[in-house]
Amino acid sequence: MIATRDAYGQTLVELGRENPSVVVLDADLSGSTKTALFAKEFPQRFFNAGIAEANMLGMAAGLAAGGQIPFVSTFAVFASGRAFEQIRQSLAYPRLNVKVVATHGGITVGEDGGSHQSVEDLAIMRAVPNMVVLCPADGPETAAAVRAVAAYEGPVYMRLGRSKVPTVFAEPTPFVIGKGSCLRPGRDLTFVTTGLMTAQALAAAEILAEGGIDARVVHLGTIKPLDVDLVLQAARETGALVTAEEHSVIGGLGGAVCEVVAEGYPVPVERVGLRDVFGQSGTAEELLAYYGLTAAELVEAAQRVVRKKQMP
Amino acid sequence: MLDELQVQELTEKARQLRVDVLKMLNAARSGHTGGSLSALDALTVLFFHQMRHDPSNPQWADRDHFVLSKGHAAPALYACLAHAGYFPLDDLKTLRRLGSHLQGHPDMRKTPGVEVCTGSLGQGLSQAVGLALAARLQGRASRTYCLLGDGEVQEGQIWEAAMAAAHYGVDNLCALLDWNGLQIDGEVDKVMRVTPLGPKFLAFGWHVLEVDGHDLNAIARALADAAACTGKPTLIIARTVKGKGVPFFEHKASYHGVPPSDDELSRALEHLGHS
Ligand SMILES: Cc1ncc(C[n+]2csc(CCOP(=O)(O)OP(=O)(O)O)c2C)c(N)n1
Ligand SMILES: [Mg+2]
Repeated sequence: MIATRDAYGQTLVELGRENPSVVVLDADLSGSTKTALFAKEFPQRFFNAGIAEANMLGMAAGLAAGGQIPFVSTFAVFASGRAFEQIRQSLAYPRLNVKVVATHGGITVGEDGGSHQSVEDLAIMRAVPNMVVLCPADGPETAAAVRAVAAYEGPVYMRLGRSKVPTVFAEPTPFVIGKGSCLRPGRDLTFVTTGLMTAQALAAAEILAEGGIDARVVHLGTIKPLDVDLVLQAARETGALVTAEEHSVIGGLGGAVCEVVAEGYPVPVERVGLRDVFGQSGTAEELLAYYGLTAAELVEAAQRVVRKKQMP
Repeated sequence: MLDELQVQELTEKARQLRVDVLKMLNAARSGHTGGSLSALDALTVLFFHQMRHDPSNPQWADRDHFVLSKGHAAPALYACLAHAGYFPLDDLKTLRRLGSHLQGHPDMRKTPGVEVCTGSLGQGLSQAVGLALAARLQGRASRTYCLLGDGEVQEGQIWEAAMAAAHYGVDNLCALLDWNGLQIDGEVDKVMRVTPLGPKFLAFGWHVLEVDGHDLNAIARALADAAACTGKPTLIIARTVKGKGVPFFEHKASYHGVPPSDDELSRALEHLGHS
């Protein structure tokens, strides 16, 4: 169990050693986002913008236009919110090579409360043309994704978490932007999940198997571009989908999957996520339970969707 | 100007508030210690001397408003509100717990006495300008106070608000700047220099005062001076010490977002003369 932000910080240092073009920017949160590791080894290539996220994203755009590869970090609320229009205008519109790696996504931010919990960042970033949007499940996938985005030319938003999460990708797996992975076969329904909900879906599938329901688990580490083929294949072969994300059910993974199946192969879908509400203070565990982001809730959603599928 | 008795009473109040801030942070097991303690003396003078407010009627239309723009110092604000009587002292133990009305950052929809939602730095001063404009439109004597962090003023929005406050001449607005010299990643001067602060605000058209932010009398005098100033908003630059009152927290960026451990709490309480 490690936090995805820890995997990010470590991989960033490796990238810094391999590629002198990599620069890193942060907004007074380098200890929390883990870019402090890079800052320590490469002080010349680290820029602390202070508490000034909009300016930070603008500077990153300029650094990219000038030929550097900027990785920019702060909390997800501030990256996707405070600096939204700089991301849209200065970096996505011109398709500049800036990697926004936003930590502390979702409700597992915990005690800081709803003001600090981004429940809409994936939706916001997904709506921006040219953006690639990633949400890895665990440490190893994050490390692979950071390498993949460094090799990719163009703007990327990657959402990482604060808390430690269980490892899903125990075997080293290369990260391919735009490709999901089927982590468990199944015929009765498919869990389509992202971020830390993938581990919950795997646990839910185990529970369902005891009751004779055979659930497939498809993890999408890329929210955009969505792996349309994998989603439609799941719709065709299992006839029912449950999406799950640590995010609002509006506009993120659930929204994206519904758009794709509605157009391509309509089947019943249940969306698990925050139901159009903000978060609040509490421990990460308490909040996941309070908002129904647990294996138990996924089991119930699976049972509901299977009943819907059986309705004449 | 405070008389001797008032100074004694406010000093004792500030001591009790420090005790409660530390206890509440320790119970919550997370939260912001350094910036709550640096701001506490200014908050004490505001809530227990300067501001006109009625805890039994939080929505009293003619009240003065307080905006904690550096929202992470919520424990200091909550301690003041509880001591003033907005809610029971016992509630402080629920800070940052699931279901508590005391959220990690101030929430006007949850906590009586909290005027706006803050926590994302840089947004409070704009809201304070709006509150001051509303009071002026309605012909009320109500004044608006706003507490800023010295790292917080790195946000561009602060300067947009500073421009608007001077442009509209909201002399019923008084901002206080908690000049403790530290932010999360270290010294403000090293992370992203903001000084000289006084000349910047002066150039924006503000009335600017500078005081020792732990001298209760000096703070009270500056607040009175601000209230007498017409035609422009006032900024009080309060020179403070992050972690003030607990020697082993003072001047340390490392205690920005860390609560006192059990051991640190008992040593801190001992230092504050609380058994
Ligand atoms: C927009 C925004 N960016 C980042 C943060 C995270 N953050 C919380 S406190 C803090 C440092 C604040 O420093 P300062 O204003 O000097 O406060 P103080 O020293 O009084 O605690 C930061 C960066 C935030 N709350 N809001
Ligand atoms: Mg400070």
